[in-house]
Amino acid sequence: MPLLEIKNAELKLDGKDILKGLSLSVNKGEVHAIMGPNGSGKSTLSYMLAGRDGYELEGGEVFLEGQSLSKMEADERARSGLFLAFQYPVELPGVGGMSFLREAVNSRRKFLGEEELDHLAFVKEARKVASKMFVKDEMLKRAVNVGFSGGEKKRFEILQMAMLKPKISILDETDSGLDVDALKIVSDGVNAQRNEDNAIVVITHYQRLLDYIVPDFVHILSDGNIIKSGGPELALEVEKNGYAGLINAA
Amino acid sequence: MVATQETIDKVKEVSSTYKYGFVTDLEAEKAPLGLSEDIVKFISHKKKEPKWLLEWRLKAYKKWLTMKEPNWAMVDFPKINFQDIYYYSAPKTKPKLNSLDEVDPELLKTYEKLGIPIKEQEVLAGVAVDYVFDSVSVATTFREKLAKEGIIFCPISEAVHTHPSLVKKYIGTVIPISDNYYAALNSAVFTDGSFVFIPKGVKCPMELSTYFRINEQNSGQFERTLIIAEDNTYVSYLEGCTAPQRDENQLHAAVVELVAMNNAEIKYSTVQNWYPGDKDGKGGIYNFVTKRGNCLGKKSKISWTQVETGSAITWKYPSCVLKGDDSVGEFYSVAVANNAQQADTGTKMIHIGKNTKSTIISKGISAGKAQNTYRGQVQIQKNAKGSRNFTQCDSLLIGDKCGAHTVPYINQFTPNARIEHEATTSKISEDQLFYCLQRGLDTEQATSLIVNGFCKEVMKELPMEFAVEAQKLIGISLEGSVG
Repeated sequence: MPLLEIKNAELKLDGKDILKGLSLSVNKGEVHAIMGPNGSGKSTLSYMLAGRDGYELEGGEVFLEGQSLSKMEADERARSGLFLAFQYPVELPGVGGMSFLREAVNSRRKFLGEEELDHLAFVKEARKVASKMFVKDEMLKRAVNVGFSGGEKKRFEILQMAMLKPKISILDETDSGLDVDALKIVSDGVNAQRNEDNAIVVITHYQRLLDYIVPDFVHILSDGNIIKSGGPELALEVEKNGYAGLINAA
Repeated sequence: MVATQETIDKVKEVSSTYKYGFVTDLEAEKAPLGLSEDIVKFISHKKKEPKWLLEWRLKAYKKWLTMKEPNWAMVDFPKINFQDIYYYSAPKTKPKLNSLDEVDPELLKTYEKLGIPIKEQEVLAGVAVDYVFDSVSVATTFREKLAKEGIIFCPISEAVHTHPSLVKKYIGTVIPISDNYYAALNSAVFTDGSFVFIPKGVKCPMELSTYFRINEQNSGQFERTLIIAEDNTYVSYLEGCTAPQRDENQLHAAVVELVAMNNAEIKYSTVQNWYPGDKDGKGGIYNFVTKRGNCLGKKSKISWTQVETGSAITWKYPSCVLKGDDSVGEFYSVAVANNAQQADTGTKMIHIGKNTKSTIISKGISAGKAQNTYRGQVQIQKNAKGSRNFTQCDSLLIGDKCGAHTVPYINQFTPNARIEHEATTSKISEDQLFYCLQRGLDTEQATSLIVNGFCKEVMKELPMEFAVEAQKLIGISLEGSVG
């Protein structure tokens, strides 16, 4: 059974078809990259998977470990192990990073039937993970994403991913707004979490992220559908010929 | 732990033979319905008050008869029939309380439900609690420790007997009986409340705390609290209120007076959670409160912190009169109005002395079809040279049927002063909610987290043990308002 299975997903926004029967299977231990030009439906796909209001499927279905997601709210999907690293992480004024992380982690632990972590145990764990991500304690004391630089925001996203230990992570344009050094730190953070029991879907416009997070499969998304799939070499083809060449050939 | 002699006396007093021979039967635990000169006398006699206090009450009553209810607040409610209210009721507690264990278990259970474990508070938090259950205090603790420092912390009805000169000297000096309609009413019929006196040079070693609770159906609650801090003192006072569900509206018209002498600091914190009424606005408490502090002394400081989540209607403006040079007034407020609640709350900062400073941070949260108004006055008198005020009013809207209003009044009579006013209105954005949900928080957790973040500047002013309770309360108050 695939970890994540998208079957003929159809979705409209403002009456316009955005996803047009998209299908994709992701197995445990795999990293998939979804590449596509602007307007191809990349962000819509990630919101649809995460269960954002207004992004409900018109047709088709999505399964997480065989369980249909259609009746599950965004928070239930998250607790079940679906994580979305946001392209634009949202500011939460006054909400401390550490307490936000703790609420999130304890929600997931509660769902898994694990004991909730008390304050001290949590802080210890968070600091350990944060130091690997080059996230300073000081950043965890600040309000979530408020006044963070682009790189800090993305590092904080991956820190959350590391703390939540999701089954499937969707990284939506995680490379946007990152310089090379930040890109390396974030990618190292993601790579450290790759294992045989989880899977990662990297959504990106540019190939350069895939130099750092090397995918097992690459899919080209165009006009609401996957028009071509292949190995890492497909990303290089995009880099070389642009999307236009691939789209025209399809 | 042994209940104080005062408590035992108090209970005995209530059930003792009544000598004054008018108005009602001897064992009455309740004055008859309505308000008249006789009722004022009944209350005063029931409490065996000295003549001067009875006269003071009667003066207030007569003044009240000539006054009109204020109608300038942005609140809407049916006219109150003041003759349809009970003005005195004693709790039905069995006498002979030798320890807190003997306090009515029903009462203890209620406190437990409210998350106020009495013993834990006593032992862990070191809080001296003066419980007011309806109108008469039933349990008083930690009195001895405070007495050692010379601090007086007792029901005001008791202070009238034990420290009459202090009460007489200060009562009504901050809020005169003619101040406003509800203050006059309170002055006429107040039943109990707290009295605090901090003698020169003493820093109160613990937070002083009183929990109020309305119990008896249809009984107006008229608390009266007086806190006096002499030169070079510090005291932090916590007040929390909750009330059980009621169908009929209950009137609550409290008066709190604070006096701070030279270099004295009073920190007064409130968590107010009276019954707000149901979703359609049926029932709920009318909370018409007059709170004011006089910074009489140089470098004195009075700080009000309030978290207002309850009541059908809130009409409340804790204020500071900054008479002493270099005195400081602060007002930190979170007002949550959900469903059909109406809140019109804010503060007055009256700068009279030189170089006086005031800070106002107000966070209003509106949800459902609630209306939430910040109303504040900053007045800089002619001689208040070098004075400063900073005001920040932020409103958060949840949903599209509620309202937030900001009504600042600014009067500046000297050019040599600085007033700053900032105001914002925002909504909980879908992006914020979705971000939280995507991390596994449910809608209510997410709302609570975002709202508590919005209120953070105020919440951090609350004493620690209060802050946790208040955070939970804000979450509970907004349950069902999103999604």
